[in-house]
Amino acid sequence: MKYHKPQDFDEASRLAAGAKGATRFLAGGTDVLVQMRADVFTPDEIIDLKHIPGVKDITRRADGGWTIGIAVSGAEMSEHADLHAEWPGLVEAMDLIGSTQVQGRATLVGNLCNASPAADSVPAMIAAGVTVTVTGPNGSREVAVEDIPTGPGKTALARGELISAVNIPARGDHGGDAYERFIPRTEMDIAVVGVGINLRLDGDTVTEARVGLGAVAPTALLVQEAADAIIGTTLDDAALDKLAAATSAACKPINDKRGTVEFRTHVAGVLARRVALTAYKRAKG
Amino acid sequence: MALDEYKPQKGGTEYDPEKTEFTFVGTRPDRPDGLDKVTGRAKFGADMSAPGMLHAAIVRSPHAHARIVKIDTSKAEAMKGVKAVVTRADFADDIPFKPGMGGELWNVLENVMAGEKALYDGHAVAAVAATSALEARDAAKLIEVEYEVLPHVTDVDKAMAPDAPVIRAGTRDRSVPEGFNENVVRYHESGHGDVESGFAEADLVIEDHFKTEATHQGYIEPHACLAMLGNDGKGELWCCTQGHWNVQKLCAALVGIEQSQLRVTASEIGGGFGGKTAVFIEPVALALSRKANRPVKLVMSRSEVFRATGPTASTSMDIKIGMKKDGTITAAQGTFRLQGGAFPGAPCEFTAMCAFAPYALENVHQVGYDVMTNRPKQAAYRAPGSPMAAFAVESVIDELCKQLDLDPIEVRLKNASKEGTKASYGPRFQRIGLVETLEAAKAHPHYSAPLKPGQGRGISCGFWFNHGGETSVTLAMSEDGSAQLMVGTPDIGGSRASMALMAAEELGIPYENIRVTIADTASLGYNEVSHGSRVTYASGLATIQAARDTVRKLKKRAADKWGIDEDAVYWEDGYAKPSGPNAGEFEPMHISKICAKMGATGGPIVGHYEATPEGAGVSFATHIVDAEVDPETGKTSVVRYTVVQDAGKAIHPTYVEGQYQGGAAQGIGWALNEEYIYGEDGRLQNSVFLDYRIPVASDLPMIDTVIVEVPNPGHPYGVRGVGETSICPPLAAIANAVSAAAGARLRELPMSPPRILAALEKQANG
Ligand SMILES: Cc1cc2nc3c(=O)[nH]c(=O)nc-3n(C[C@H](O)[C@H](O)[C@H](O)COP(=O)(O)OP(=O)(O)OC[C@H]3O[C@@H](n4cnc5c(N)ncnc54)[C@H](O)[C@@H]3O)c2cc1C
Repeated sequence: MKYHKPQDFDEASRLAAGAKGATRFLAGGTDVLVQMRADVFTPDEIIDLKHIPGVKDITRRADGGWTIGIAVSGAEMSEHADLHAEWPGLVEAMDLIGSTQVQGRATLVGNLCNASPAADSVPAMIAAGVTVTVTGPNGSREVAVEDIPTGPGKTALARGELISAVNIPARGDHGGDAYERFIPRTEMDIAVVGVGINLRLDGDTVTEARVGLGAVAPTALLVQEAADAIIGTTLDDAALDKLAAATSAACKPINDKRGTVEFRTHVAGVLARRVALTAYKRAKG
Repeated sequence: MALDEYKPQKGGTEYDPEKTEFTFVGTRPDRPDGLDKVTGRAKFGADMSAPGMLHAAIVRSPHAHARIVKIDTSKAEAMKGVKAVVTRADFADDIPFKPGMGGELWNVLENVMAGEKALYDGHAVAAVAATSALEARDAAKLIEVEYEVLPHVTDVDKAMAPDAPVIRAGTRDRSVPEGFNENVVRYHESGHGDVESGFAEADLVIEDHFKTEATHQGYIEPHACLAMLGNDGKGELWCCTQGHWNVQKLCAALVGIEQSQLRVTASEIGGGFGGKTAVFIEPVALALSRKANRPVKLVMSRSEVFRATGPTASTSMDIKIGMKKDGTITAAQGTFRLQGGAFPGAPCEFTAMCAFAPYALENVHQVGYDVMTNRPKQAAYRAPGSPMAAFAVESVIDELCKQLDLDPIEVRLKNASKEGTKASYGPRFQRIGLVETLEAAKAHPHYSAPLKPGQGRGISCGFWFNHGGETSVTLAMSEDGSAQLMVGTPDIGGSRASMALMAAEELGIPYENIRVTIADTASLGYNEVSHGSRVTYASGLATIQAARDTVRKLKKRAADKWGIDEDAVYWEDGYAKPSGPNAGEFEPMHISKICAKMGATGGPIVGHYEATPEGAGVSFATHIVDAEVDPETGKTSVVRYTVVQDAGKAIHPTYVEGQYQGGAAQGIGWALNEEYIYGEDGRLQNSVFLDYRIPVASDLPMIDTVIVEVPNPGHPYGVRGVGETSICPPLAAIANAVSAAAGARLRELPMSPPRILAALEKQANG
């Protein structure tokens, strides 16, 4: 096994493009190293990205949005007061991952690129309208989070491509987001369903909304019908019923050890209601 | 506690009703092994190493049921670093197969290393030792096993069906009536009276069906060992076990050496709960070591622990109980079907015998079936078989109380077993404390506390036999008057502290002056496994007797010095004293003074006790649980929990409370989310803690405890074992609370959110 320590993203990209055999980038390692130890997957080359300058920074951009370095851990996001105040849903989704120990390492990008359908931060990032900067042999491009995972364990990144930054849009006024997942226990579990909702209000009326849905399909979903169900409403019972129905309708889950099709479909609707109410309350301030 | 070891409790060393004042017993000092454990200094199974040590890995069957056509080890053997490969051919070949439990040694061997067939997903088929753990892992992948896959069955009811694939013809013993599938290998029937006439007298009869899934003991420390076995047939084994003499006995037989030539040392143990009373990897490591002529370390992964050790039996049960309007139970009947994997031994008789034990019944009848399936060999798990029985029986009693509008504690008090009651399983009870636990539960503020909307309260009783077993203890005095106590029962619950307290009580020296060691197999006589809640009872009794033997010898030295008869000397607070003016006027002589001279006054002073005490008193508990159910998601939280249990006499109350809380915590996991999940292919789907949902700390409420003390007539201080009874009531108490909160009866464990939602939906649709 080869271990590389590139000093910039271009070098990382070149290493990945030229690698022989299976490659993994190393951010927090809470998926990569755990899979190695459990004899699930052992890469031939590991490209450690943590030594690239700036990867640990959380930066306010000129447009008011945030750029999150690809090695920023969940704990660092939770403890960033401004980020936390503006994007409580995104931060709480990231904070749900693992334990205190895992929080010290786990990253947004690792969560996204591990491409588990149940990844917690992904529906929240989708709801927030987060994009990532993809750097590759042909330069850089910006891609919406929902377009990165293509199936369990699979991403849209081409050979030699990697993510070099996470871009969170400007919060703007009267916005709020929230994320909730269903697990049978209180922590240290994997989402049976996860729902992230971000919305903006004009007075009492929802003017913009995005709904991200996790663990109920091969990839996390952006559910436009669910957003449409609440846009233009004051989130009254009728709107919440429509939201729940649209969310459930978008589910394409499987029966497995973590939940049945009926259960996941039903609970997705239940969570959508609860999450929308929390986001609404936060948007009201 | 193994099946063939159950004996009706009688005799033993009597309770002394005069001894009510204690100096040390009943206090709560820090445990002697505490500092080692919190600082990481304690040595667990995987912490031992030896020069030249090899690491081993086991090749396991990916199939639930398959004939082993061929094992090709040549590629692995050719790999650099590989020093030995073993298969079944490297183990003893003179162990006979016999039906039922008669062939248990053969069953153990077959489980440790598959013979002609792989019998479950995870069954060991070969093993390899190499110079590093990674090499061993890679070499294991090079061992090629050709399988002929056979039809399999993993569900108990399906395994009993006439057309189910037969796991092993010829295994059933003579107890099984005609007409069953050969997978039914043992049968139990007991009871008394006439249940049909009893049901006829009842105002309400409820009959219902229940199922429970298998759960794992879930100890945090995986099995681990370090083995050395030379070509001279002499061996050394360091391992994590609940009983190292049992390991010695089994391993010696399985690798074909004399018992005494294998010295076994028990490491510290990171939990066992019954699951470490068997052998799995130890004989394999010994066989590899013998072949490689090097020490071999073998450590299981968590996934191996789930696939190939433990778990409990899973069950399918039918219960029928009749009750009068005043709450009197007129008759009770139960059928208990247990699958215990691909071997006989599911504790169907314990399940049947415990089921109705809390109640004084004129008419009772119970039947148990031991059924084989393609799953791992079940292992003991705290009160094996009893928690499932209590779940089914106590759910029906709860439903009867509800439909007849009766208080569940009053009904249980009305029917409770007492001293002299003919137990549902045969003998008459000696002094027992069930009524006292019910009275304490009724008086506890929890029982009358108001419930919030969405919450429900459940109660349940539970019963376990407890056990005595072969026990040997030595107490050796040091020259400074401190004492070394050697016991042979691995400390799985703070027992060193309890032993030291009992020795201190008898010797009259401080707790801190007693060093308790878990001796290896070469240093003491045979000791049965730490199981059956026997340690504080049996090793405790033996400690008291060994201390009394020591005191007799100490008194003799003082008597000799004073030139008086030893009967004229008595022992008090660490001093030998003349027993009155007739004995003579002598200055009391302290233990340290006697010991300082022991070399010159007759030699070392050592006390012994060896026996098989049979007076382990049975024990009862009553639990109260409040649960809250989210009707939209089916998620349950246990919001309040109170354990009331009879300890006979609590030697170290903190560790008694710890056992009560631990039983409740494990019961919460079993009731709500833990389960073995098998796919259509017969493979275990959730062999990691991420998907085998054991409770985490934040899932548990603070668990309140009440220690009731009704002395056991069979122990000098009145001790009853407490380690197992605490897991008997939780499944039922939680099910009753959840059913009350949800407004629908839950009949299947675990009560996972999908199951609760399904029950709610069924209820809503009538
Ligand atoms: C105990 C435990 C509990 C957990 N609980 C949860 C949970 O509750 N919810 C949840 O969603 N997850 C959970 N996880 C999984 C894991 O912690 C998360 O997926 C985490 O966010 C991964 O981040 P990382 O930085 O550690 O990724 P790494 O392990 O470093 O990498 C993960 C993947 O991302 C790729 N990658 C990393 N950086 C880049 C990059 N810049 N560009 C392209 N690809 C990249 C790697 O090649 C690899 O495939 C848990 C893990 C553990 C061990």
